Amino acid sequence: MITLTINGKEVQTPEGSTILEACQQAGIPVPTLCYDPDLRLAGSCRMCLVEIKGRPLYAASCVAPAENGIIVETESPGIVAARKVILELLSARHNFNCQVCEKNGNCKLQDYCYQYGVKESRFNYGEPTNYPINDPNPFFERDYNKCIMCTRCVRACEDITIARAISVDNRGHHAKIATAFDGNLTDSPCVFCGQCVMVCPTGALTSKVSAGLGRSYEVDKVLTTCSYCGTGCTLELNVKNDRVVGVTSNRTETGSPVNKGALCVKGRFGWDFINSPERLTTPLIKENGEFRKASWDEALDLVAKRLGEIKTEFGADSMAVFTSARVTNEENYIAQKFTRAVLGTNNVDHCARL
Amino acid sequence: MIEEKRIVLRNADLIDPEKIEDYLQAGGYQGLEKARSMSRPDLIAEIKKSNLRGRGGAAFNCGLKWSFVPADAPVSYVVCNFDEGEPGTYKDRIIVQKDPQSLLEGMAICGHAVNSKKGYIYCRGEYPYVVDLLNRAIDQARNKGVLGDFDIEVRMGGGAYVCGEETALIESIEGHRGEPRFKPPFPGVAGLWAQPTVVNNVETFANLPSIVINGAEWFAAIGAPNYPGTKVLTLTGDVANRVSIEVPTTATLREVIYDFGGGIKDGKRFKAVQVGGTSGGFIPESLLDTPIDFDSMRGIGATLGTGAVFVMDETRDIVDITTRIAKFFEHESCGKCNPCREGTFRAHEIMKKVNQGRASVQDIENLTILSQVMEKACLCGLGQAAPAPILTTLKHFYPEYQARLQLN
Amino acid sequence: MTNSIGELEKDADCIFVIGSNTTENHPVIGMKIKKNVLQNGARLIVADPRRTDLAKIADVYLPHLPGSDVALVNGMMNVIISEGLADLDFIAQHTEGFEEMAALVAGYTPEFVAPITGVPAEDIRKAARLYAESGNSVICYAMGLTQHRTGTDNVKSVCNLAMLTGNIGRPGTGVDPLRGQNNVQGACDMGGLPNVFTAYQAVTNDAAREKFEQAWGVSLPSQNGLVLTEVINKAHHGDIKALYVVGENPMMSDPDLEHVGEALEKIDFVVVQDIFLTETAKYADVVLPSVCFAEKDGTFTNTERRVQRVRKAVSAPGEARVDWEILCEVATRMGYPMNYENSEQIFEEIRTLTPSYAGISYQRIENGGIQWPCPNEEHPGTPYLHKEGNFSRGLGAFTAIDYIAPGELPDEKYPLRLTTGRSLFHYHTGTMTRRASALNEHVPTAELEINPEQANALGIADNDLVNVSTRRGRLEMKAKVTDTIAPGVIFTTFHFTETPANLLTSSEFLDPTAKIPEYKVSAAVVEKI
Repeated sequence: MITLTINGKEVQTPEGSTILEACQQAGIPVPTLCYDPDLRLAGSCRMCLVEIKGRPLYAASCVAPAENGIIVETESPGIVAARKVILELLSARHNFNCQVCEKNGNCKLQDYCYQYGVKESRFNYGEPTNYPINDPNPFFERDYNKCIMCTRCVRACEDITIARAISVDNRGHHAKIATAFDGNLTDSPCVFCGQCVMVCPTGALTSKVSAGLGRSYEVDKVLTTCSYCGTGCTLELNVKNDRVVGVTSNRTETGSPVNKGALCVKGRFGWDFINSPERLTTPLIKENGEFRKASWDEALDLVAKRLGEIKTEFGADSMAVFTSARVTNEENYIAQKFTRAVLGTNNVDHCARL
Repeated sequence: MIEEKRIVLRNADLIDPEKIEDYLQAGGYQGLEKARSMSRPDLIAEIKKSNLRGRGGAAFNCGLKWSFVPADAPVSYVVCNFDEGEPGTYKDRIIVQKDPQSLLEGMAICGHAVNSKKGYIYCRGEYPYVVDLLNRAIDQARNKGVLGDFDIEVRMGGGAYVCGEETALIESIEGHRGEPRFKPPFPGVAGLWAQPTVVNNVETFANLPSIVINGAEWFAAIGAPNYPGTKVLTLTGDVANRVSIEVPTTATLREVIYDFGGGIKDGKRFKAVQVGGTSGGFIPESLLDTPIDFDSMRGIGATLGTGAVFVMDETRDIVDITTRIAKFFEHESCGKCNPCREGTFRAHEIMKKVNQGRASVQDIENLTILSQVMEKACLCGLGQAAPAPILTTLKHFYPEYQARLQLN
Repeated sequence: MTNSIGELEKDADCIFVIGSNTTENHPVIGMKIKKNVLQNGARLIVADPRRTDLAKIADVYLPHLPGSDVALVNGMMNVIISEGLADLDFIAQHTEGFEEMAALVAGYTPEFVAPITGVPAEDIRKAARLYAESGNSVICYAMGLTQHRTGTDNVKSVCNLAMLTGNIGRPGTGVDPLRGQNNVQGACDMGGLPNVFTAYQAVTNDAAREKFEQAWGVSLPSQNGLVLTEVINKAHHGDIKALYVVGENPMMSDPDLEHVGEALEKIDFVVVQDIFLTETAKYADVVLPSVCFAEKDGTFTNTERRVQRVRKAVSAPGEARVDWEILCEVATRMGYPMNYENSEQIFEEIRTLTPSYAGISYQRIENGGIQWPCPNEEHPGTPYLHKEGNFSRGLGAFTAIDYIAPGELPDEKYPLRLTTGRSLFHYHTGTMTRRASALNEHVPTAELEINPEQANALGIADNDLVNVSTRRGRLEMKAKVTDTIAPGVIFTTFHFTETPANLLTSSEFLDPTAKIPEYKVSAAVVEKI
């Protein structure tokens, strides 16, 4: 174990920890923007700076190793002043239209500006940034007027999806997240998994499918299992007013043992069939080649009656049930029990072969 | 009057740099031979004892740096920083053009000390003709067999200033975007391709053969005790003689400018000197008697840096020059860390405003706080040093700023 | 899967992907394989007639012709045996039938196999060595391997390969079918098959049947039932009078749709229970509205045998009801009362009858899910099967398998091999994804992939409209000229009701054991319109 002093308190942390980890273990909050425990470290946003006694430079705590005997201050006047300057620098390039921003209430830049009392920037010199918002993909919006260049999206694309669709283009203040030759995502190796949306700390990357449907503080998140392929990714259905309005990731080991929050385009953006106006809402009975609405009692009685008649007339093996690889275990169990115990045949199968 | 003392330029203009035979005749590769007769720990201890400090700018003890490479590392690399991107600096080019084998020998000595079989020279992109010379020198050394099992490859930079920063340089060699890495881990532990790597400057390597031959005590006795040896300096700007010289580190700025530079051109008066490249501090006349060694320069808030000496006469406009420097840093910031990416841009915008006579006292205050934060908060040396010209000119030449401010 | 998904990212040293376009069909598993290959240095072998994303980063890519899998794998085994790379200790201790298999593959030299597969002999050698010599090697496959008349043979072949090199029973090894549907594993586990009850307890086994008879209080049929494709064929003969379809869409997913449609029309009474009026529902006499995954509680079992919770997030639309409730209502009305409070109560009944699920409860999988077999509540679950070479049947059985050509080989009239599959942006019969706005906007139509060489010969340019025909039917679609597909092969997806690819596939050639149709090979012809 390593012993160090943080804000006057002696803290112990395992060998190999960073100062940030030591702070987290000790319950000392440190603001971070580029840090993401699942991604390669960048150490670039400099929000997590701390002061180490006797050292001339501030240290980025997310990448600075915790060392025995060091004396760390996380909120010294110098550090607070530095964070304010950094927030003001970011504010000067950020389009604050929080009132219509999808990420309002779930934005780290907003949170830290509030925390450090940054109401306006002292550094609004020169032309404001003005990036056109025009990526035509139907899945997510890229608004680089809200980008803070934390590069979490680039690292998620590299480290989680391994698509390598985006990187940093240009240098300095003109640096920007872009595909090769700064084109559209559709012309890049992007697979629209939205891992970049998942890790973006601001409103720069947001789902178009969920746009306008609800902010994070308005929704309940229900952890469930994706209903597309057999990988078994877990995801969170975002629910507002009894309606699914989006999908987000649970990134914990227990909440998401298979995928740790990673999803594919279908899981993250292919959920709005749930609200399709084409959903069936009443039983239908065909009469003279046309469907008409029916009550449950009428439909169920008809089904029971006809199955009973056919069983009597042609025997159980003249009937078959196709159960489904789409429904739950419980429903499959009931379906085969129904086939075997009620219809009296083993003619039950599903699309495992198809 | 102080005299030149030549260690790294000992063969300059005395041998044909295209001929390894000349170098060998002048005692070349005897240092490497001697080094190879020593054990690695002894060699590192010897270099440490000589107190040779890095000539690229940061002045880190060379032997100490080598000692960070784990003794049991199966693969390690020696990298020569020949990016030489500081405007006004061309000393590494002079060293290489006049005596390339001296660099190769120095790298091979380092290779023996850290058990490396492979060296890279990262050459400034604007020096294609030097690359050709280097490659010929390497071929000759290979053919003569003097390098033994140590091989050297030249890689060319693409012109980014930040690639003079050792970790950005490593990223560039690896084929990535030139962006610095956070440290630690330092390259000595995890550098090129995540293997232990020593990165030294051309001038540092070129000192090594003489140190090994003559011994640590010999070197330690030359120049300033804390920063022994010599320094190759390049004089530019409003100086009568724009020359490159190699002097003991006890030389003062005044001696450099007046004895070797021949004073100010056209009989004008001295106004300021910027030492160590674009990121160096501005020094007024009152401090000219400071010796050039690293620690003395730091004592007056300046840097020795690469040894560029940029002299400005009385007609020069300090605010305009500082604005141009701010533009340079805005252009060369890689954009990785927030304070540098945004700070260099805003600093340039404020300097433009000052330069155009539109700025207020509040603007100067904003520039000052921004510069102070950048010095302490930026990820790499570029961002940390970029505010130095602003802060030192505000300190020593504030009246020139004041004259531009709007009185409101 | 014998092993776990996570092992593909961390433990496998060599991954052999055959008949799986993983990055499109199991994208998150694809990401893990890519990570292992590109960041951890794992080796990758890909066998597929299409140069998939994984093929592009593979150490060895084997563009074998559709239907030549057995020949290819036999060829690899030939190399492994003849070069002394087989794990003889493992074979001696844990397997049987090796000699017979070895004798058979002795004839399958790479030079013999090359013309059958279209793969150069040297690449077969490279792949064999890489698989045998990399440490922990795993085989991943999907429907590209199974949807053939020799599907069972194909699977047995890759099992042979794994046993031959002892690559089974350790993390990072094994034979991993990547299952296509979210709960296809669960549907099988739950006895949604004509020959088994839950946990693969055979209906022909008296003890098993008695157990279920006792639990359910009825006598049960002892004869195996019909598989799906047989039901359709029998219906076509008029022998099936009633069909109850729960959430399936054979009118898109089954081969030879014209034949399926005729069959459905001949059935007296068809019930379809689904969330949309599917292509199949249109043939129904009664349609019952059910709910989707967001509107119900329950469990799914994923491809690595992990039983995970499905949780109700929103109310059902209109009067739609949960599938099990509907079935219970019908059962009750037919005189067999089935009453459950909730899905958990059903799961509790499942546990008592299903040894591999016995230790799993809703409470235990509240955080994280458990991989079966999990025989009791103390058992942590089973990340990988056949630990230390212990097979469930005792010794692992090698099978000597000869190559059998696909049922429909190209001829003069139909000179190309049509193969089908899925796109990243759609799912199976498109019931859900065609109604997911963004997915359908991004990929609204099917395309016919064709090699430039072939396209050139036929005068077809990219985006030209073409007719693709087989002996079953004809479809009109846009051509996508791409060198990611081997010459002689064409590919399309089966998601689109406007161009239902299964109109073209054949139900004639079924695997004799699994009765799986040969979706992956149909002789076809393409003409520019």
